[in-house]
Formats: sequence, C-alpha cells, structure tokens
Amino acid sequence: MAQRHYEDGIVSGRFSPEDYAQNFSDLHPALDTHEARVEADRCYFCYDAPCMRACPTTIDIPLFIRQISTGNPLGAARTIFDQNIFGGMCARVCPTETLCEEACVREHAEGKPVQIGRLQRFATDAAMARGKRFYTRAAASGKKVAVVGAGPAGLACAHRLAMYGHEVTVYEARPKPGGLNEYGIAAYKTPGGFAQAEVDYILSIGGITIEHGKALGRDFTLAGLAAGSDAVFLAMGLAGVNALRCEGEEADGVENAVDYIATLRQADDLSKLPIGRRVVVIGGGMTAIDAAIQSRLLGAEEVTICYRRGKEHMNASEWEQELAAAKGVTIRHWMQPRRVIAEANRVSGIEMEYTAIVDGRLIGTGDTLILKADQIFKAIGQSFDPAVLNGGGDAIVFEKDRIRVDGEGRTSMPKVWAGGDCILGGDDLTVSAVAQGRDAAESIHRSLIA
Amino acid sequence: MADIRSNFLGIKSPNPFWLASAPPTDKAYNVERAFKAGWGGVVWKTLGEEGPPVVNVNGPRYGAIWGADRRLLGFNNIELITDRDLYLNLTEIKQVKRNWPDRALIVSLMVPCEEEAWKAILPLVEETEADGIELNFGCPHGMSERGMGSAVGQVPEYVEMVVRWCKQHTRMPVITKLTPNITDIRKPARAAHAGGTDAVSLINTINSITAVDLDSFAPEPTIDSKGTHGGYCGPAVKPIALNMVAEIARDPETRGLPISGIGGITTWRDAAEFLALGAGTVQVCTAAMTYGFKIVEEMVEGLKNWMDEKGHATLDDIIGRAVPNVTDWQYLNLNYITKARIDQDLCIKCGRCHIACEDTSHQAITSVVNGVRYFEVKEEECVGCNLCVNVCPVENCITMVPLAAGEMDRRTGQVVPGDYANWTTHPNNPMAKVAAE
Repeated sequence: MAQRHYEDGIVSGRFSPEDYAQNFSDLHPALDTHEARVEADRCYFCYDAPCMRACPTTIDIPLFIRQISTGNPLGAARTIFDQNIFGGMCARVCPTETLCEEACVREHAEGKPVQIGRLQRFATDAAMARGKRFYTRAAASGKKVAVVGAGPAGLACAHRLAMYGHEVTVYEARPKPGGLNEYGIAAYKTPGGFAQAEVDYILSIGGITIEHGKALGRDFTLAGLAAGSDAVFLAMGLAGVNALRCEGEEADGVENAVDYIATLRQADDLSKLPIGRRVVVIGGGMTAIDAAIQSRLLGAEEVTICYRRGKEHMNASEWEQELAAAKGVTIRHWMQPRRVIAEANRVSGIEMEYTAIVDGRLIGTGDTLILKADQIFKAIGQSFDPAVLNGGGDAIVFEKDRIRVDGEGRTSMPKVWAGGDCILGGDDLTVSAVAQGRDAAESIHRSLIA
Repeated sequence: MADIRSNFLGIKSPNPFWLASAPPTDKAYNVERAFKAGWGGVVWKTLGEEGPPVVNVNGPRYGAIWGADRRLLGFNNIELITDRDLYLNLTEIKQVKRNWPDRALIVSLMVPCEEEAWKAILPLVEETEADGIELNFGCPHGMSERGMGSAVGQVPEYVEMVVRWCKQHTRMPVITKLTPNITDIRKPARAAHAGGTDAVSLINTINSITAVDLDSFAPEPTIDSKGTHGGYCGPAVKPIALNMVAEIARDPETRGLPISGIGGITTWRDAAEFLALGAGTVQVCTAAMTYGFKIVEEMVEGLKNWMDEKGHATLDDIIGRAVPNVTDWQYLNLNYITKARIDQDLCIKCGRCHIACEDTSHQAITSVVNGVRYFEVKEEECVGCNLCVNVCPVENCITMVPLAAGEMDRRTGQVVPGDYANWTTHPNNPMAKVAAE
C-alpha cells in the first residue's frame, strides 16, 4: 500500500500500481470451456423459458446454453447476436440478478440460477476471439438513415439497418463510439478495451459511418437531419445531471458521478487519477454504486453512499448493493443533503438531514448529521435536455421530460424514431437500449420498403 | 447389523462385492490393494494358454461417454486377456490366496475351444488353491476373432461342450461368464446349465463404438486413425444387465442356477437390485476403474444400512426377492390405472413435463391456466405413461397415482374395476383365452 493512502484531500497514487491492476481486473472472470460445459449442463431447457421472457432483447437463452453444452459456442453466439448485437457487453453489465437469472427456475428451486450472463460471455467471447462474423450487409437499398448517438441504442439500430442494406450515418458528440459502454460502465465490468473492440466488431458489417464531435443542436438540427435522410433515429441518451439543490454545491470537490466515471474510463493510468480520502456519494442507483465502488478501488479510505429513502427503494439491485458493501462501501439510508461544507471553497464535509415518509410524502425530519468528506459525487439521476431538439422544424412531443414514442419507437414527428435513455420508458439499461434500437430499426426498415 | 457374508457355490467371502475379471485384477499388486480396501473377492483377469502371452495395442484401449460434469456414464475397452506370463500369474494367485484365505479368488480362463487346451490349464489353476474358475465366453473383441471369448459364448452348443469338459477335468466350481451380444440370453444360460455349470456370471461387455472423431472420421478409441468395436460397460449398461439376469433367474429351465451379477454396478443400490433379481454375488469393474477401490466402503455400508432399515438379516433374505415380480407383458394388469399428479409446491415451472407431453405424447399437461404459467395434468387425456415423471428435474414433484377401484377414469369414462385382468383375456386379443372354455 502506497504511503499516500491516508493523505487528506483529493490525491492520486493512493495505491501501488499492482493494486490498481488487481482492483480493476475482471469482476467476473471468464468461464473456461469446462466450467462453461458444467454450467450449461445445469440448464433445464425450459419450455417457454422464463429467462427468455425476462430478457429485454428476448435472447433464446435455453437454445444458446444448449449449444454451449454441445460444444458449439459459435452457434451459441449467433443465437445471442441475432437478438442482441451487444450480447458481449450485456453479458458483462446486465443486472442479470433482476432479469434472466432472477427468472431462472433454478433460482426458484434452489436459489442458485444458471449463470446465464457468464455463459453468454463465454459464447460471445468465443466468436469475437475468432473474429467470426455472422452478418453481412444486404445489397445497398439506396436509403439513408441518420442516427443520433453512438451508444447501445444507436449502434444496435445502425447494425440492424445495415443488415438490410441501408446506409447509416451516426452522429456522435463524443470522440469515441459506444456511449455509456465506453464512458459510463464501471471499469471492472468491462476491462481490456472491450467496449471499443465490441464496437469495431459490430461496425465491421459495413455501411455505417460515424461522425464524431457532432452534437445535435450544436452542430446540426433535427430538421436538417430529417430533410437529408429517409429516416432518423434519436438515441442521444441523457446529457444533463440532476443538481443537489443545496447550499455549497459549487464548491471544489463536488462532481457529477457520471463525469468522474467517464474520466476514469478514459484514464490510461489509474494511479494518476486523484480521489478523495473520504468520499460521499449522493444517490441510490447504479451510478452511485459504480462511483462508490470505484472510489474505494482507487484508494479512498472511507466511501459512503447516502440515499434519501430505504434499502428497498434503491434502484441499484440488491446484488449491486452487496457488492458495494463487500468492497467496503457504507450505504446509509434515509438522509438527504442539506449543505455542502467547504473551507476556502474546498469541500470538507456535508451536512445531511434525516428523512422519513410522513403521510406518503418524503420529508426532512430536521435532525442532521455531518459527514467529513473531501470529495462528493452527485448521482441522483440524469436528465434529458429537450433544448437540443428545438428549432428548425416541427416540435417533438415529450412526456415526463422524455421523448414520447409508440410501441415501435416512432416519435410524434414523421420519419423520426427514438430509443434508449432519452425516451419515456427507457430504463437506464444497456440491454433495453439495444432492444429499442433493434426494434426501431425493424420499424424503420418496414417503412422504408413500404 | 445385517450380515452380508456371502456363500456362493460354497465359496465364502465377507461380502458379495467381487471385482470382475478385468485390468483391476491383473496382478498381485492390484488384488492385494483391493483386498486391503475391503473387496470380498476378485475374479483374476483372464488367463490364456501356455506360451507367448497375448499382446495388447499400444495406443488407447479405452473409450468413454460422459454426462454432466464429465461424469463417466459408459466405458469401453479393446484390451485383451492378460498379457503377462501364465506362470507369473499362477504364482501370484497362489500367494495372494494364501495371504487372503477369507476372500474369494476366482480365476478367469480363456483357451482355445479344444478339450486338450482346457485339460492342460485346469490342473495348473487347481494347484493355486483358487476357489473356482470363471469361463470367459464373453470378451467381444480381439479374442473373439480367434475363436474364443464371445465367439464361444454366442454358440450355445460350444458353451455346453466347454463347460462339460471343465466339469469333467476339475473339482473346482465352474462359473460360466456369458456374453450379452446375443439375441436371447436364456439360450447360452440353458446350455451352460446343461453342461453342468455351477453358476453363470453376466453380463460381459457389449459390442460398441463409443464415439466417432469428427475431424479424422475415426471411431474411438482410435489407434493410428482406425478403431474397432470394444466392450461397453459402466452405468449405461446396467438396465441391459438387470434384464438378462432376470431372464435367467425366472426361466423355468435355469431357475435356481446361481448367478453372479455384473454390469454397471456403481453403488450399493445397484448391487441390491442385482441381488433382488437373483444374483448371489455381484462383480464390479468400471466403478473401481473410475473411482478406485475405496468405493467398496460405500457399497458395504450402504447395503448393510439398507438391510438394517428394512429388517433384512442376511443376503438370503434379499437374493431373488424381485424375481417373482418379473413377468411377461401379457400378464400385466390392464385394470391398473394411474394418473400423473403434479405437486404444485414442488413444481419449479420449467415446463418440461408440458412440452414432452404436448409434443411427443398425449397433450395431457397444461402450460397456462387462467393466464398464468401453470402446469397441471388433464386427467381426461392422461394415459399414465410416466414420461412427465421421467423428464421432471425435481424428484417426487410428479407422481403416478393409481385410481382406486370404483373411481372414474376420466379419459375413458369407465369406472375402474377392482379385479385383475390382462391381455390374455382381453376382448381385443384374437388369441384371448375365453373364460367359458
């Protein structure tokens, strides 16, 4: 352990280089062939399998597991990719404990589901490692589709459209494709540059061009896009971060968790990434958990998640909460931020107020507590910025601050579809974004050939 | 505590668990280890006639098939009889028998189908003071191409002839080991009986190819890109062996002939099943080759525990107890009507019972009831076939429940008669024996 471990303030190099390598290695190591066979043999090949129904992309899970068990991992990968071209990332980041594995009949029977996520990774890794490509582009259709955002929704849509021979241009504000796969997901879930390798694998179908540094509302308008394309798919995610709305929020040391995680994901050398000795994370979702755990892994001595409601209300799954606890994160419930305490405009603590539900409403009780902190991460949700869609043409209908779409992903505007976190019904899951992108592509394709 | 001492043809052993003639019994070193581990007896690996010993292949001798977690289910071999010098074997046999007087030591033999050959070897074996001989009429590979092993066992006349020679030329008890590679196991058993055999042992291994290498297109085990059929054994063959043992045990011509049961015995339970079907001892090989000799501890204790629990004092209390219950299909009670019943508390809703019944049988199990995933038996469709029980991954979740006399069978609309009625008297049977004859 490096000597800076107990240093106050926000500093880098709290651990030795080996510690960083160890801490940010694969959370779930890959199954080897025998382990995969043994695990695959546990699958009952259920009729109308509950796991499959629980998967937002409806992967034929019993089939791909059976293919693994018969020594056909490439066939298994094809089964997965047919439904979910991001099957590799989803295998790593899906909260399987609340999706397929929760529905697994073995979870019901013995509390130990088939490890579907790890099996999915086994199959998709096998295909990617061998450079096996299952899809080719159909003959060019002559139709052009513009996609806004190169995240899971955008690229899933682009890939499916490319399969049909349509020409796709993806506009991406950031310098790299992948969206939250590249900038958001916890580093230990997708080490080794997997996000970019997967994007390369997906783009290898051809017919997809990505234009980086192009932000909607800044560099082009929706109206302009719609005018120059046969269809548009909006998948720009959520750009905004909700504020704490408490005194002192502007002090140095108060940061958006998503921004910090993005910096972490792009860091070449984690030992150079400064982190506080005492870190407080405000929020109760996956971002809060990811920020908290990674703070610990970077060397923060004390990390506390503060959430304004109870354990059962947290968006982060129980499994994720337990993972955080196992990594030494303290989770405190029923408290909300009241005041950031700063000295010379540098964070030194945060005053929290206890909360309670009274008459069905969450209220502050007036009792307070001060937590020492030299770094505070805001992880209380992200917001959609509708301003980027404004101007230059018809307005899109919103609902609850998100884009409203129908069952096929169509917005209120002709020729414009949307999916991913920016739509109403987006649930902040990679796998749901992929499903929405894929399904919108099918809808777009139907309209283009109609 | 149950007494599991065995007396088979006057050959005594502390338990009925013998090691079959096979690689584990090829030399003193192994057999000594087996006896130390607790095996009641061994059948020494087959000796051949005097002269240069046989040679084995120098590539793989064994092939296998596996279940989940690479559990060995079936095994085959292309190994021949002992490839060690005859006199070395005989010397070791004599010494081992002297060291272990309380254990059964049988010597397996295979020499050419000529009286002189048998006449020559029998006194040599007798001299070792071994407890008896087992005639290897079963080995289905290699030696059979030279007119021995199963080549003899497949011709009942030869079986009878060789048994007769042996009974004539030795005072030792003769056990005739039968090959299952035959249409009707009763024929060679009857022949052995007619020749005067003291017992039969079965089954020897079954002709098999365990797999085909799909890169080289060669059968496995593969010797320099070629393969040959080998003898199949292990848990997979047990049902075949049980039936053959039962056929001999219930055949009027061979009823009462002592049997040493062989074929996939892996646990005490397997052994108890063979005993119940009439075997006086059991012989084990594959399980020992898979797990080592220590498994006998489980077998001995398991058998005793079960016997204690059920109040069986000695082996004689269980040997053959199931034989009267083995019958011909035509005598099965057609008035015995069962329906599957699914225990909803145990059901994990995998749906395998439904899809098996729906796709391949009688469409008698639901998948959705009142809009929710729910599996229950439609009694009006259920023929009581037991498929759902067999495919259900949860033990005892689905059971076959017999309808009581007087209940309505909702499939046929008939009331269940209380009496016994079988095919021999069924009106649909053109050969039916008319009651009013």
